[in-house]
Amino acid sequence: MAQRGIREFDGKRIIAQNWKDYFGDAFNYEFKSVLITTETDFDKLPEQYPWLKDTPLVAKPDMLFGKRGKLGLVLYKIEKPGDVKYEDAVKWIKQKMQEEVEINGVKGHLTHFLIEPFVPHKPEEEYYVSFSMGDDYDTVYMSAFGGIDVEENWDKVVEVRIPPTASDEEIEKPIKANVPNEIKDKEKYGDFVVRAYKMFRDLHFVYFEVNPLVMVDNNVYLLDFVGKVDDTAAFVVGKKWGELEFPAGFGRDLTPEEKYIKELDEKSGSSLKLTILNPEGRIWTLVAGGGASVVYADTIADMGYVNELANYGEYSGNPTRTETREYVKTVLDLMTRSKHPSGKPKILLIGGAIANFTDVAKTFDGIIDAFKEYADKMKQVGVKIYVRRGGPNYEVGLKRIKQAAEELGLPIEVYGPELHMTDIVRKALEEEKAA
Amino acid sequence: MSKPEYLLFDKNTKAIFWNLNTSAIQRMLDYDYVVGRSPSIAAIVAPTSERSFEKFFYGTKEIIIPIYKTTKDAAKFHPEADVLLNFASFRTAYPVTLEAFEIPQIRTIVITAEGIPERYARDMRIKAKQLGKWIIGPATVGGIAPGAFRIANTGGTIENIIASKLHRPGSVGLVTRSGGLFNELSNIIARNADGVAEGIAIGGDRFPGSDFLDHMLRFEKNPQVKFMILLGEVGGEAEYKVVEAVKNGLITKPVIGWCIGTISKFFGGEVQFGHAGAKAGADRETADAKNRAMKEVGIHVPNNFNELPHVIKGIYEMLRGEGVIQPIVEPEVPPIPEDLSKAIKEGKVRKSTNFICTISDDRGEEATYCGVSISEVIEKNLSIADVIGLLWFKQKFPDWASKFIDMVIRVVADHGPAVAGAHNVKVTARAGKDLMSSLVTGILAIGPRFGGAIDGAAKYFKMAYEKNMSPNEFVEYMKNVEKIPIPGIGHRIKSTKNPDKRVELLKDYARRNFPKVELLDYALEVEKVTTSKKENLILNVDGTIGVLLVDLFKQIGYSNEDIDKLIEAGAFNAFFVLGRSIGFIGHYLDEKRLDMPLYRHPTDDILYDVKRPEGI
Repeated sequence: MAQRGIREFDGKRIIAQNWKDYFGDAFNYEFKSVLITTETDFDKLPEQYPWLKDTPLVAKPDMLFGKRGKLGLVLYKIEKPGDVKYEDAVKWIKQKMQEEVEINGVKGHLTHFLIEPFVPHKPEEEYYVSFSMGDDYDTVYMSAFGGIDVEENWDKVVEVRIPPTASDEEIEKPIKANVPNEIKDKEKYGDFVVRAYKMFRDLHFVYFEVNPLVMVDNNVYLLDFVGKVDDTAAFVVGKKWGELEFPAGFGRDLTPEEKYIKELDEKSGSSLKLTILNPEGRIWTLVAGGGASVVYADTIADMGYVNELANYGEYSGNPTRTETREYVKTVLDLMTRSKHPSGKPKILLIGGAIANFTDVAKTFDGIIDAFKEYADKMKQVGVKIYVRRGGPNYEVGLKRIKQAAEELGLPIEVYGPELHMTDIVRKALEEEKAA
Repeated sequence: MSKPEYLLFDKNTKAIFWNLNTSAIQRMLDYDYVVGRSPSIAAIVAPTSERSFEKFFYGTKEIIIPIYKTTKDAAKFHPEADVLLNFASFRTAYPVTLEAFEIPQIRTIVITAEGIPERYARDMRIKAKQLGKWIIGPATVGGIAPGAFRIANTGGTIENIIASKLHRPGSVGLVTRSGGLFNELSNIIARNADGVAEGIAIGGDRFPGSDFLDHMLRFEKNPQVKFMILLGEVGGEAEYKVVEAVKNGLITKPVIGWCIGTISKFFGGEVQFGHAGAKAGADRETADAKNRAMKEVGIHVPNNFNELPHVIKGIYEMLRGEGVIQPIVEPEVPPIPEDLSKAIKEGKVRKSTNFICTISDDRGEEATYCGVSISEVIEKNLSIADVIGLLWFKQKFPDWASKFIDMVIRVVADHGPAVAGAHNVKVTARAGKDLMSSLVTGILAIGPRFGGAIDGAAKYFKMAYEKNMSPNEFVEYMKNVEKIPIPGIGHRIKSTKNPDKRVELLKDYARRNFPKVELLDYALEVEKVTTSKKENLILNVDGTIGVLLVDLFKQIGYSNEDIDKLIEAGAFNAFFVLGRSIGFIGHYLDEKRLDMPLYRHPTDDILYDVKRPEGI
């Protein structure tokens, strides 16, 4: 992984924690945000944040998806703007947590919310600023027409490109020279953008958007923030980020099995990835390698079986026998929970390219260990296995897996590099069609 | 360096390898040997290594490759090296690359680490372009110029390299993102065409240091390359640059292209398929869109990955037919000598061993004492005496025997500072010597006169008992034949009236717990004879231990001959050496604590009787 969305709460927290380094005393930002989760004790919260009780509030979900205003998911008024009390916000959040909602076609439950003070302001005070990282340069976007309609007003957004090797002067000059004319205090806005850009760059953000941005004297209000960071930079700026969680997209909560593999992956020097696409599917894959795994998925879909594809995943980087066993057991467990309603056998594709340095015999020993534990269940639901693999020690690995499967009474076909990599998909699905 | 601009590697290319990655370096040298070129690694950079060189095999011969602390040093002493194989971790790869930018002779930098921050990766790419240098990677296995230069692990095992014809140049210029698929493609190309002329895996990150087009433009100029294969991926714009180049006539050689990740259209960008760089940000970046765009400009695009081999075969045969590609005379490949350790593991060769060990084994998950794992020793609460049983005598002592051994160790642990061994230790410690030296001076004093009585008592009492000597005969025998006092008999202070309590305890324990104490009974009969002459000629603690050890080993099944061998080998003495070392170490630590100065023996305690020999 690399580019990861972060919560609005975390983004503002990171900005607040590093504020002095970038904004000094030139601008003030009062970080008043509370993250609400399903665990939050609403009775105790005001003890920690007394302002909740005596400030008008705003509440909104904090789960990476945008356009919350347009989705009616921002609470800022009961009768009129700025009259939301703590009790109102709590009631609204509790209610929203119970309802199932659909965001961009994905159904799920809202679990994380943000509560902040309501900042009274006029629409014309809503500015916009964002930064993004491109292939050859960073781009600064500036506009006097922020707020929920910024996309409709995109023609009024000014873009400035900053090369990665730019000096301070090369950053300041083009930004300040291009501040949109509609902005009232152009100098102050320009100064703010320059400082915010440096923060974006130094803290390894890859996306950073404040919309709307409200500026009153030297006080800055970041009414809405969207950010993405490059998680591989954790070893450089992790301390400045503080404790940072990378939530999955809305409705993409990890299943316990996906979570287990993710934890296994984080502990290992090798790569272990698992995504469940359709637990009811009949075609399961155990593929070695990031590239090869994609090719197998492509081929299955291309042959018209995308609806039967149960999982996507890969293991690579010479995992140990134990790691492989745990990975395979997780997949076999999911696969053998129930017979397919059609009564047809399930298909297990153990595939991979010709490995560079992964010891095929060793990883196959891990697969065999898992077979031994799940052989009975596999026979119950009916599993046909197809293997194709090459690389260091592949002859030994192929021989062992064939022998083990046959001893366990599992139907298996085994191929080496003499067979085209994805031909086992064709073989499996053609037999399927013929049946 | 007279190779043309379009070549990054040729048969004379020399590289500096950053990181002492011995297996990758050895794989490169094996490749060099197989293709018949000189070793391709000129130097290794390893800032934390204390060594200044490392040995590697080149064929059956061993060669030495120097190790430097910095790339600058390595480059200075090896001006012929123009490639840096940057195998540093994701933490260090960036500064290592920046350092290499400063070195004019370095033209190509290969970065393998995965997980380099994107901002750094982008900086490296831009700076390299400004400097006119090449970066391959990050997050890549590298690439290969068949017959000339192999980057680290590219191509996998030597067997696979030869099977995939990566040991000699073919006609195909290959570019991929993925390293795993690079190997697969090489195999497909070897089976359906005549092999790879040069292949580069640009790496799976979002900001590769060089991309498909950069290398394909080189391939366009390289007369060895007759057609090209591009294996792209969903996400990013890199394939479009190739599309543009084909459209604008910058690339005229036939190109076969395929983008993997056509699956992603079914999952609306929600699922991350494959590499970090492989996620479509827009419709344009999907695999389908890219495959379409490639097809439109005349790139040969199969309908799916399964069809790719047929398309390759088709183009290859067409170019063969046109005479563009000539048949290749396959070169002779020298066999790569197999590593002895691997051959032994696979049962291909055998070799007699120089050493035998029957008491412990460190080869498995955990070391064992005579088959018992150390954790089992702890879990089963085995005592030090039990461990002695396992390691010295290869058996688990019965409890009564273990407890006796334990008593012996405790009884002999020390006997004050005045005895010969302890005195040596103290004098040596005061001379400023270390633990080891002080301890051995004590141990070296152990022998027939100091601490040797256990052995002696065991030996002579056993002999007499076996020969059925009466106690009187034995006493006479020692006096008249051996002409030495009986070992284990006699004490400075203790006597029949003032018995040694230690001896009483040992005897008492043995009587109550040993199945039999034959030799002790015999020794006590002997004692009756000796004490009748002089009261202090009692069976002392050494004698008691000696005879009881004989009884112990007899009772646990040793024959008389076995026990003789044990004594001969010093096994009985060993209990004393082990036990007394505890005391010796105590005296050494005591001296260090007290920080006493060098000891010099007073002259008035020495009788000087020095006479000058005559005639000098």
